[in-house]
Amino acid sequence: MTSIPAAAETRATSSRAPLSESKGFLSFWFMLPAAVLLLVFLTYPLGLGVWLGFTDARIGRPGIFIGLENYEYLWEDGVFWLSVFNTLLYTISASLLKFALGLWLALILNENLPIKSFFRAIVLLPWVVPTVLSAIAFWWIYDSQFSIISWALMEMGLIDHRINFLGDPTNARASVIAANVWRGIPFVAITLLAGLQTIPQSLYEAATLDGAGRWQLFRYVTLPLLTPIIAITMTFSVLFTFTDFQLIYVLTRGGPVNATHLMATLSFQRGISGGQLGEGAAIAVAMIPFLLAAILFSYFGLQRRRWQQGGGD
Amino acid sequence: MASVAIRDVYKSFGSVQILHGVSVGIEDGEFVTLVGPSGCGKSTLLRMIAGLEGISGGDIAIGGRVVNNVAPKERDIAMVFQNYALYPHMTVRENMAFSLMLKGAPQEERNTRVKRAAEILSLSPLLDRYPRQLSGGQRQRVAMGRAIVRDPQVFLFDEPLSNLDAKLRVQMRAEIKELHQRLKTTTIYVTHDQIEAMTMADKIVVMHDGQVEQIGPPLELYDRPDNLFVATFIGSPAMNLLKGQIGTSGFEGAGGISLPFPARPGVAPGMPVVVGLRPEHLRLSDDGFPVKVVVVEPTGSEVQLIGRTPGGEEIAANFRERHAFRPDETIRLSADPGLIHLFDGQTGKRL
Repeated sequence: MTSIPAAAETRATSSRAPLSESKGFLSFWFMLPAAVLLLVFLTYPLGLGVWLGFTDARIGRPGIFIGLENYEYLWEDGVFWLSVFNTLLYTISASLLKFALGLWLALILNENLPIKSFFRAIVLLPWVVPTVLSAIAFWWIYDSQFSIISWALMEMGLIDHRINFLGDPTNARASVIAANVWRGIPFVAITLLAGLQTIPQSLYEAATLDGAGRWQLFRYVTLPLLTPIIAITMTFSVLFTFTDFQLIYVLTRGGPVNATHLMATLSFQRGISGGQLGEGAAIAVAMIPFLLAAILFSYFGLQRRRWQQGGGD
Repeated sequence: MASVAIRDVYKSFGSVQILHGVSVGIEDGEFVTLVGPSGCGKSTLLRMIAGLEGISGGDIAIGGRVVNNVAPKERDIAMVFQNYALYPHMTVRENMAFSLMLKGAPQEERNTRVKRAAEILSLSPLLDRYPRQLSGGQRQRVAMGRAIVRDPQVFLFDEPLSNLDAKLRVQMRAEIKELHQRLKTTTIYVTHDQIEAMTMADKIVVMHDGQVEQIGPPLELYDRPDNLFVATFIGSPAMNLLKGQIGTSGFEGAGGISLPFPARPGVAPGMPVVVGLRPEHLRLSDDGFPVKVVVVEPTGSEVQLIGRTPGGEEIAANFRERHAFRPDETIRLSADPGLIHLFDGQTGKRL
């Protein structure tokens, strides 16, 4: 008998609790700043970009809806397809190189070097320097007159004329890839190094006692245990590389004869420099399927391996 | 199977010397535990036998062959690690077969040897699981299975039970002992737990500060500890130590307590000594020394008592009979003269 009124009273008090203490109300206010930021600076520009791709907007003129006309035009445009090819070539070769060299560097840094922390700090430098700054440095390194590489090779007597780094399509492609690799290695190396350090030393000792040599330690212990980290690192690396703009813009502006034009630089050139906002937006939107494919690939690649599942430690 | 000889072994890390000349002889098929407090160098010594640490001085021989410069995989030993060190990305079967695979053994041989080891350790139903899906005790067994599969000359265990809960530890202790009785492989087992050492070993090596304090069968160490360190380290609760000197008819300690025992050779009156009394060797006696009861702990099988002598020294006693002691009560305890341990007051050596 007594318990019923007591329960009713509790309910009554809780419904009378001030609004400021309600969980839903509070969580709304806590999430609002983040939601506003995302909507204003991410969703709106993305939506606007997609919308612009369906219009004939130019700088200073709003433009009207023209359906898929921009895309139909691009479909017939050889330069656009060249930029798609360039972007894929750039992304795939730079990512592979970054992975191979980054892993190699990480393995070296994981050894007990005398001044390990110094080397680790040094390795981060390319990553820390602003891209535009390092791009300008590379611009000088690749300069047709003053290139230090040409000079050094000539001094050594290996070549007899200066290398035309950025003037020749093949050289230019290789040069921008090399610059991107230089810049991207630290991210890969440091992330993989962090992954390497999570592998318990006792596993290596156990494998050594089991009879594994150095290569077998790498093949059967390091590599399989590093796979999850490799997957996530390379996903990010591919996304960064695919959307790269600054390096190309400073080094070649897409030249010579569009040989280094990436989708991002072409989009900028057509949309901003050329004033064809609609067409530029369409090129940018055309990158989305590639990026989604990369994300989906990593999503499935990143799924926890069977050995990672099950009870905790 | 093989004997292991450790002869005057030194180990330094940089300028810090960890082992100061350790010599231990291990017979073929023997189960030896290296026991000592943390930092005494026992794990380092084991890792030196395994080849995971270099040897700074002296030599280690396995089966009569000096292995100082022999690579770990050539030493024909198998080691069980404290954290098991199972390869997380391999199934139990693959974990156990890994060494055979590296050796290039044919699939058929791998299967039969894994099957045999799995049967010994009742792991057969778990062969296709991953380590994460196993309990602590099962992982421990897989780690042992990995060692058994290789059929090595020597098993090395590095504190293998310290990650298990108390109940499982007792169970695995028995399993490891049974395994040794069955396989008769020379085993070197490192632990900091003297109970593990006592219950499992044929021979115990007590280590302290990088030196061997005493080597012997468990009960010999218990009954005749060479020095104060071994006396207090072996046995739980630890041996009671009372400081004092030799009087006319035995021991005279702080607070006027006395323990009569017949004269012993090499022990002259006036000599400073430490008397060691095992808690279970103390008995109630009207002519004993007085002890004030501080805490009484009945465990059912026995009554454990912590008291204080008139000199302020703490003393523990165990009784098989059920006594109803009350705190602050004064009781009188004495010990059979034959069960009194006597140590030199200065050197700590047994007299």
